[in-house]
Amino acid sequence: MSQHTVDLSGLASHLPGSAAGDPGDAIARGLAASAPRPTYLAVADVSKRFGDFTALKNVSLDVREGEFVCFLGPSGCGKTTLLRAIAGLDIQNSGTIRQAGRDISALPPEERDFGIVFQSYALFPNMTVRQNIAFGLENRGLRRPAVAARVDELLHLIDLSAHGHKYPSQISGGQQQRVALARALAPSPGLILLDEPLSALDAKVRLHLRAELKQLQARLGVTTVMVTHDQDEALSIADRIVVMNMGVVEQVGTPQEIYDAPASQFVADFIGAMNFVEGVMLNPDEVMVGDLTLVLRRQARPAAAGERVVVAIRPEDVRVLGADAHAEWEHVNRVAVEVAAVEFLGSHVRASLRHPAFPAKPLVAQLSQSVARALQIVPGRRLDVVLPTDRLRVYEALRPHGAAAGAVHG
Amino acid sequence: MARLRAPSMADLALGAPSAPLIRPKAGRDDRLMLAFVLMIGAYLVVSLALPLGFMLWKSAEVRAFAYGVVELQVDVGQGFLSLGTLEEAAPRLGLADPVDQARRSASLTAAQLFPDARFGERPLSAVRMRLSGGASDGVLELGGKAAASGEWVEAGPRDLRRLVLRAGTIRSLGNYIAYFSNPALTNSIVNSLVVSLSTTLITVLAAFGFAYALQRTCMPLKGLFRTIAMVPILVPSLLAGLSLVYLFGNQGLLKGLMMGSSIYGAPGIVAGCVFFTFPHAFLIIATALAISDARLFEAARALRTSPTRTFFNVTLPGARYGVISAAFVVFTLTITEFGVPKVVGGDYNVLAVDIYKQVVGQQNFAMGAVVSVILLVPAVIAFVVDRLVTARQVALLTARAVPYAPSRNRALDASAFLFCCVVAGLLLLVLGVAQYASLVKFWPYNLTLSFAHFAFEGVDGGGWESYFNSLRMAFYVAVIGTAVVFVGAYLVEKGRGFAAARAGLHFLAMMPMAIPGLVLGLAYIFFFNDRANPLNVVYGTMAILVISSITHFYTVSHLTALTALKAMDKEFEAVAASLKQPVTRVFTRVTLPVCLPTALDIAAYYFVNAMTTVSAVVFLYAPSTTLAAVAALNMDDAGQIQGAAAMCMLIFYTNLGARMVHALLSRGLARTQAWRIR
Repeated sequence: MSQHTVDLSGLASHLPGSAAGDPGDAIARGLAASAPRPTYLAVADVSKRFGDFTALKNVSLDVREGEFVCFLGPSGCGKTTLLRAIAGLDIQNSGTIRQAGRDISALPPEERDFGIVFQSYALFPNMTVRQNIAFGLENRGLRRPAVAARVDELLHLIDLSAHGHKYPSQISGGQQQRVALARALAPSPGLILLDEPLSALDAKVRLHLRAELKQLQARLGVTTVMVTHDQDEALSIADRIVVMNMGVVEQVGTPQEIYDAPASQFVADFIGAMNFVEGVMLNPDEVMVGDLTLVLRRQARPAAAGERVVVAIRPEDVRVLGADAHAEWEHVNRVAVEVAAVEFLGSHVRASLRHPAFPAKPLVAQLSQSVARALQIVPGRRLDVVLPTDRLRVYEALRPHGAAAGAVHG
Repeated sequence: MARLRAPSMADLALGAPSAPLIRPKAGRDDRLMLAFVLMIGAYLVVSLALPLGFMLWKSAEVRAFAYGVVELQVDVGQGFLSLGTLEEAAPRLGLADPVDQARRSASLTAAQLFPDARFGERPLSAVRMRLSGGASDGVLELGGKAAASGEWVEAGPRDLRRLVLRAGTIRSLGNYIAYFSNPALTNSIVNSLVVSLSTTLITVLAAFGFAYALQRTCMPLKGLFRTIAMVPILVPSLLAGLSLVYLFGNQGLLKGLMMGSSIYGAPGIVAGCVFFTFPHAFLIIATALAISDARLFEAARALRTSPTRTFFNVTLPGARYGVISAAFVVFTLTITEFGVPKVVGGDYNVLAVDIYKQVVGQQNFAMGAVVSVILLVPAVIAFVVDRLVTARQVALLTARAVPYAPSRNRALDASAFLFCCVVAGLLLLVLGVAQYASLVKFWPYNLTLSFAHFAFEGVDGGGWESYFNSLRMAFYVAVIGTAVVFVGAYLVEKGRGFAAARAGLHFLAMMPMAIPGLVLGLAYIFFFNDRANPLNVVYGTMAILVISSITHFYTVSHLTALTALKAMDKEFEAVAASLKQPVTRVFTRVTLPVCLPTALDIAAYYFVNAMTTVSAVVFLYAPSTTLAAVAALNMDDAGQIQGAAAMCMLIFYTNLGARMVHALLSRGLARTQAWRIR
């Protein structure tokens, strides 16, 4: 990742330099990649209703110039609605959207400045690759040779110079996706919107194009917003991720922040795999789970004593004693468990660990194959694990929840 | 006790709206599309909604004298004495009630008020009279000069005949009461239902068998059978009537088969309607059978279900909606059909022919309107039910369904082939008889072949001129109709914003399906022939024929265009907008080229139907705009049946040619446009 752009809309920032820098300070920006850039797209208090259904609820966020932002969430969370509101295709009921300082809230799409790639690509089937890319360059007072030159440039950029004369149906899905991107880029818009652009592709092509897309965006430096439901895609490609659920923004942050410090139980559950167990706060530093007392650290929003909470820990953070020769935290949050089941996952194993404190669902731990072999992790084996204080997170108990490690993405 | 307090900051914050409401700004494309929606909407309102509304209005209009507003005063020498209003005086004067009186005569002179020419003791020649009135619903005039409302009009003894009260019109259900108290008319309701239900039963059974044989067996010659099944679409429906007359009429070839009973009447109507509704039912059922899921049949086989049980438990339920839909379509087509019962109906009256007789025979437009309204009821019900059923049929389609591929079954294939041979043979027989009859010199006495009947000499209906008129009209209908329908469907499907206007346009576009052609034609007479209508310049011109045909066949064309447009990527317009290209450019550069085959289909559909239609134009043609199919009808009416058959065959060959041109063009598109090849 080339830069560490951070925070917005009041989320606590703990990385340096999150305050808006001098927008004119281009040299500083060029030299220090980590310096923040000026806000390019500002979404403020945007709401959208379809009949009785509220698709977006007071959504606010900022996208910085040159940034690659992903809207991530389950289907129906409002991410596409937000993208379409930014494009002017489904204009919001209230709230403002500003692009490059201009209020575009009420403008029809043709009066905004963006290029868009849809999941279907929407390539014009009766036009060749060249004609598709040239479509947005015509009627703009450009001379024919200038248009041709720009198309050549773009064909070269997407590495399809040899395929300009072909029709969309004659090239592969991955190539179609690149043509759609080139068509969107052709008039040099200030903003590129990508609506699940990779989801119609085979898994292998998707991985390859994901990397290519990221490189291309970094090279061109064009501000980009991508909608996706695929967390791997978002984690690997985005400078920052906007996690959405049921029409609201759950969290905005870098992939690292989102994964390491999920701001809500929803984010914790949605991104990666997570164990959830119910407990009661004893004091700001301790939580009672069954008859276990677990010590906590690093809580963004401490819960009051006596409050019912959900304690979360990722399977890979559950440490099996004996796996690490010199671990200093071995005496805190030590739990004696029994292996209930072992699931083989190739490079890893996933062990389900039983304990009376969480009878509903066993705790899931992820271990490397070698550790599992060395410690002879088999069903029925009793062993001690440690739940590291700095890896435990506590959320308000909004809904009843067992250990939900079953929803694992890999 | 409530305490007054100043609103706090918190109250203000809660009361204030969280964010300003956004009113989307309309772009150039939005304005353009709205303008087109309103234009095409206005076309459909003028060519459909207004005429129908006007006809409904007129059907509840009755001529009557406005007795209530006219006061009568008589002077026998001592000044005027009031006899009260005519309403009060009517019993003493022996006047009939206002409607009956108007039915006898549209005007009433002052002299007629006293039939025995005396006023009490005195002869009328010694009295002066005056009348006041002249309200909006009746005109009082003296010597042809109309009096203003409320003005007294006075007439001396010699002028009493020149003082005239003219009947006005009143709103009343009188026409409907008259209709329902006349068994000769109401009989037609039962008759129409009988023939429509019989036709529906026979057609759906035959079409199901035919479609089943084509979709679910491995019999040979499927392509040929499919083509033959489409033949009835290419000819005017009355051709079936003509052929039936030649086959089973008084001098018919197969008259012996009738065993003494007559083809004229219900049997002929049913047989003719089965012929021309067959392709419609076949197409719908074949589509329903084509989309059935093969996995269900594999499951049935795996469970060792007997073929009979499979048929009743899998095949039939799968095609259920198709069969129901076909039944409603056939029912609607038959109950609104006019050509066949006109030719072979004899004295078996049905609703559609009643409308024709009331309008053309008796010039009783009001009663024609009443029958039209009666005919609208079953047509609209059938239409609504069919739409509901069709909507559910769509829901049956799932992306994961596997197309069914029939396997060989010698007995089934052989019987299917036999059945199709019989059905196709009957269809060809009807066509062949008309062809033969049109070619022999003088049926049935001189059977030498000649083209004499194609000269159309000395026959009714306008002969070749009608044919060329029809050709011209069909061409205009195909070109203009396709353009209007396609743009309209594009706006309904791809327009953005102004959802209410687009939904309204779609509703208007769906309506013509439920409106029988004769009803539309009659509504046009009322609407366009009204002198107060500025549009009445089109009355009696080619334009009104084109308009009525475009509107009459609008729905199927609209649905065809919608289907094609739905298959287009729904984001083309969004992409173009993001590239700052106007919507017109996407339409002409992408939508139109990609949908060209569909546009050709619509044009062919319009052309063929404009060539064969009778019902939509039979009230509207003028001496200079006679049409081929109407000419055939008129020739048949005048007993020149062979000429009528010749005209029908001419229409058939023209439509066959049009279809071939269409097929060549479609194939040409598919071959020459590389991007169409997948």
